[in-house]
Amino acid sequence: MTFYVAIRNLQLGLKDILSHKTRSLLTTLGVVFGVGSVIAMLAVGEGASQQALEEIRKVGSRNILIIAQKSVDEESVARRYVRMSVYGLKYEDEERIRALTPAIRRIVPVRLMRRDGVLGSRRMELRVVGTTPEWFELVPRRILAGRVLQAGDLAEYARVCVLTEVGARRLLATEHVIGETIQIGPQFFEVVGVVESGAGGRAVAVPDEEVDAYVPLTTQLHVFGEINARVSAGSRDIEKVELHEILVEVAREEWVEPTAAAIETMLQYFHPKKDYKMSVPLALLRQAEQTKRTFNVVLGSIAGISLVVGGIGIMNIMLASVTERTKEIGIRRAIGARRSQIVMQFLIETMVLSGVGGLIGILAGLAIPALITRTTGMPTVVPLYSLVLSFGISVSVGLIFGLYPAIRAARLDPIEALRHE
Amino acid sequence: MAPVMIRLENVTKVYRLGAEDVHALRGVDLEVGSGEFVALMGPSGSGKSTLMNLIGCLDRPTSGRYWLDGQNVETMDDDNLSMYRLKHLGFVFQSFNLIPQLTVLENIELPMFYRGVPAAESRERAAALARRVGLGGRLKHRPSELSGGQCQLVAIARALANDPPVILADEPTGNLDSRTGEQIMQILEELHRDGRTIVLVTHEPDIARYAKRRIYLRDGRIEREEHAA
Repeated sequence: MTFYVAIRNLQLGLKDILSHKTRSLLTTLGVVFGVGSVIAMLAVGEGASQQALEEIRKVGSRNILIIAQKSVDEESVARRYVRMSVYGLKYEDEERIRALTPAIRRIVPVRLMRRDGVLGSRRMELRVVGTTPEWFELVPRRILAGRVLQAGDLAEYARVCVLTEVGARRLLATEHVIGETIQIGPQFFEVVGVVESGAGGRAVAVPDEEVDAYVPLTTQLHVFGEINARVSAGSRDIEKVELHEILVEVAREEWVEPTAAAIETMLQYFHPKKDYKMSVPLALLRQAEQTKRTFNVVLGSIAGISLVVGGIGIMNIMLASVTERTKEIGIRRAIGARRSQIVMQFLIETMVLSGVGGLIGILAGLAIPALITRTTGMPTVVPLYSLVLSFGISVSVGLIFGLYPAIRAARLDPIEALRHE
Repeated sequence: MAPVMIRLENVTKVYRLGAEDVHALRGVDLEVGSGEFVALMGPSGSGKSTLMNLIGCLDRPTSGRYWLDGQNVETMDDDNLSMYRLKHLGFVFQSFNLIPQLTVLENIELPMFYRGVPAAESRERAAALARRVGLGGRLKHRPSELSGGQCQLVAIARALANDPPVILADEPTGNLDSRTGEQIMQILEELHRDGRTIVLVTHEPDIARYAKRRIYLRDGRIEREEHAA
């Protein structure tokens, strides 16, 4: 029976709202804007953070990157025509890190250099990555053709290379990639495999680039040596770097940060010039999540304020409506409506009003992010919870701000109300 | 004699109007039997509206006691008073007091809605009541589309919705021309013949003529009574 009464009240509420279309629409506008902007802002925030998380995940949340870099002291040395810098990670560092803790599952040494790759008349700059087969386990990319490097390749100093998809397509421009021989620097390498290209992250340092040639570390050292020379603007930069990067995979996620701290402490001792930097994707992930939480709190406050403003608008109109309908309330009371039934009538009306406002707001909240993505290309994701939450809140706003006008309506003296014109 | 439907014992009503006390009723004793047709008459300020509000359970007396249909009313709380109005009383007002945004059918259904009568049943009964007062073809109309007489017919149908034993009519013909007034009074007389107790407030002797018993009020007291032959 109470269900039936609620349904009837709902019908009557809708009827009253429809009989004042313009007024009702204006009344709900506050809630519409509140809900719409909250959903839209959450969608933009969620889109941005998901993009960042995606990039971080690509690096691997259990990985630690240690990257060699010229120390600040080295950079500040006065310009000379020939400069020889010796910096970066050492082969011993790899051994030291390996010995540091059993928490480390894999460790991958990396040497990098830039050389032109040549095939027939085609020529393009490649990043030549000298590494071990474990690289492909730490930086898992789909194998598109052939195979990846193997332990045997290192032992035999094999002149083989694995290309990334983009590099292979640009350099070879052919379907038959496997078995082709390309020239890298002065040497010839057989292409044994092609892997998917990394996207190249913006938020995080990703180990792989779009155009990489992976060769056995041993072969690279043997063929190109340890010294890298670069001629630029009349000066010659000569570098001697043993390892450019060391990638570390930790066995468990919860050990990542302690392990990173231990490695850092150890490296500080052996590299007082700090010619390396560490990148811990998990820490970045944490940071990204923290940022998102802060963002959500700020958004929540804005949402709260705008919905309170919307609620006050509704309350204002409902108070006017109660005054306007004093006589009607008197009639209903005279006929035999209880106070609670009058309260119910007005409450349901405000809830319908704010609920309809919420629904319109949700439509706006779905349309705005779509429009943003379309015009600016920014990724947006509308989380389902934001729809449910904002609709629930808008109905509760109706409930809370409708209560006072409804109680005022119910408190009217029936005789006085009947006399009201 | 028929059982007593309305019984007032030394009822007084005092309003505070600013600093002054207004004695609207100064001790009224009244008994109305079940099925009686009573007219309350008197000049304005005689207390007949106040008495009507008390009988109609819209107000409580300042002192004295009131029984309606065997129940002591003056001690009831607001919810019970509302329930009593809903089930025992039907109101017919001078200004009709229909709800303008509701249709004829919905206006008649209103008391059943508050009693929780299921929709199908209440719609059917409301339609039957509308037919009874001759408005079967106007169910979807709004009060603004009806004449004054038709509005009063709707109000009567609404008063009958929960089949109450008592009908209170407060100047029911006051806003109508004499011909429509006659028509309304004939329907009230019909209800009286059905066995309902009817209390009519009027200051027109022609209208009061329909009642078998006429009670004259003056200065908050019953001045005299007349019984029709």
